[in-house]
Amino acid sequence: MLNYGFTEEQLMIKDLARKVSEEKIKPKSKEWDEKEEFPAEAIKALAQSDLFALCIPEAYGGMGGGLIELCIATEEVSRIDGGVAASYAASFLGMFPILLFGTEEQKKKYLPQIASGKSLTAFAITEPEAGSDASAVATTAKKDGPSYVINGLKHFITNGGDADIYTIIAATAKNKGPRGLSGFIVEKGDKGFDFGKKEEKLGIRASSTRELIFQDCKIPQDRLLGAREGLGFIATMKTFDQSRPGVASQAVGIAQGALELAVAYAHQRVQFGQKISSFQGIQWMLADMSTKVEAARSLVYSVARAVDRGDKDIAAASAQAKLFASDVAMEVTTQAVQIFGGYGYMKDYPVEKHMRDAKITQIYEGTNQIQKGIIALHLVREYGK
Amino acid sequence: MNIVVCIKQVPDSTEVRIDPETNTLIREGVASIINPFDMYAIEEAIRLKERFGGKTTVITMGPPQADDALREALSMGIDEAVHLSDRAFAGSDTWATSLILSRAVKKIAQFDLLVCGKQASDGDTAQVGPGIAAHLNLPQATYVRRIDTVHLDTSPKIMVVERLVEEGYEILELQLPALITVVKEINEPRLPSLRGKMKARKEQIPVWTHKDLNLEEDKIGLNGSPTQVVKIFTPPAKQGGKILQGEPKDIVEELYKEIKDFL
Repeated sequence: MLNYGFTEEQLMIKDLARKVSEEKIKPKSKEWDEKEEFPAEAIKALAQSDLFALCIPEAYGGMGGGLIELCIATEEVSRIDGGVAASYAASFLGMFPILLFGTEEQKKKYLPQIASGKSLTAFAITEPEAGSDASAVATTAKKDGPSYVINGLKHFITNGGDADIYTIIAATAKNKGPRGLSGFIVEKGDKGFDFGKKEEKLGIRASSTRELIFQDCKIPQDRLLGAREGLGFIATMKTFDQSRPGVASQAVGIAQGALELAVAYAHQRVQFGQKISSFQGIQWMLADMSTKVEAARSLVYSVARAVDRGDKDIAAASAQAKLFASDVAMEVTTQAVQIFGGYGYMKDYPVEKHMRDAKITQIYEGTNQIQKGIIALHLVREYGK
Repeated sequence: MNIVVCIKQVPDSTEVRIDPETNTLIREGVASIINPFDMYAIEEAIRLKERFGGKTTVITMGPPQADDALREALSMGIDEAVHLSDRAFAGSDTWATSLILSRAVKKIAQFDLLVCGKQASDGDTAQVGPGIAAHLNLPQATYVRRIDTVHLDTSPKIMVVERLVEEGYEILELQLPALITVVKEINEPRLPSLRGKMKARKEQIPVWTHKDLNLEEDKIGLNGSPTQVVKIFTPPAKQGGKILQGEPKDIVEELYKEIKDFL
């Protein structure tokens, strides 16, 4: 792996995230995947190591730092378990709207408990009829004196049921389209807020995915994100600009883990009287895989740095990182299974899990087709005049 | 409650390979770690401090690179560290090592409890912990698997512990200050935190030599060591047993024959 000019502190985060992943996640990874069980121990270990405090300013109980630190930690966790990484990164997805758009009171109330790992968070925009078309949100929030009353259904929500704090998007003015969407902070235990079925998934099975059900859920008006109606859509888009490099780093980690497994296997598997790593056919596959992983990693960390510098117009670059890294993850994990041959198809080896975990990175937080739309829009604006 | 933990830096035995020609350990390129049993000692000290307050100090005797082991202990939550490093310490056996450590503990002066791992994973002697207690004339409990109760408001202060013995466990009451060595059943060591690592990186760790401890050179190092290593070897692997199956009558006959043949 290239030296990406990480600072001493960033290398410390990398070492620590690797240690937590190797010692506290790896031994139970297979069991969580098989039983589709929420990895409470892993989340606790990540919290005790202060890894939920990344990205959150010190004034709110965090460790400071930016997206690059989060990407470093996410890559390391994903290298061992993409499912635990999904749960970890999704908590930041729920945190970002509060950090970026929350009022001072909201930040003071929620960020410290998120940073300490005491409260896991989730972000909820997706609905059965509002997937790629985020503006089709049908969940409503009606003003009622000093409160809002929320009604509707969110589904496919990562950390749903296991998170304590939910940042949700609901329509406050249906006739205004995307501008009529607002953000709200809902807490587990709020009256009228309940959970539906837990989804059974192909991959990232350690992370939980559930429906959120709102039936006349009445919350005080100070839970309106940023104390302003109409911030929902912009908060979502800005959050995704921040979180897409995170998904991309998850993809890089999943691919890196599979690559390492494939190299180790190729170097001990003997066929035709020699290690299969001595065959050029295998060598070229491994060389291509590692080159693609490194290219994806370079893009991810470049974009993360741009976000941390405060560069404007990061939407396209952020989309490119997510698009490229997730496609690389799918390709590299598939090739890794190929190198394992029949053994790779069996659950006795961890490599097939990487392939199952990789698939979601091409789908969530905007399908790769949506990413291409974002990139194309940017191209037309920039060069289409 | 003030607690001192004595630790040792050892080669990571999960990485050590054995040279098939010479039957010795290949130490080159092997990472150094805190002796795994000492991790339980560090964890127990931090837990006691979290319950009763006070201060935790970690001591190690070893070459300059043992500094890493001390910083790791600090990153887990130990408050202070002392490094005993001196060429004159080289070659110390368990007697000399425990003497050196006991002098350092004496210099720290204020302590209620000394905690050590039950043994080091490289030497496996389990003698240094008890040796420190002997040099300091302290009560000791080895192989502690659980601390039951601690009474800090009595005079003297008292601690009740469970120690593992071959067929079960014993419950002992100790007057503090005392020394305990701990087994892995006692807790699950935590990983370092990021905040702990940041703090540990900046910490100034004092290095003490034999002069700081008022130790004469003939009491320490190779010259001060009454024991010598004569030979190191890998014990022969245990042969697999044999399971007899069938009717009891036939088994007894076969067993009788086996014993007779053996004798």
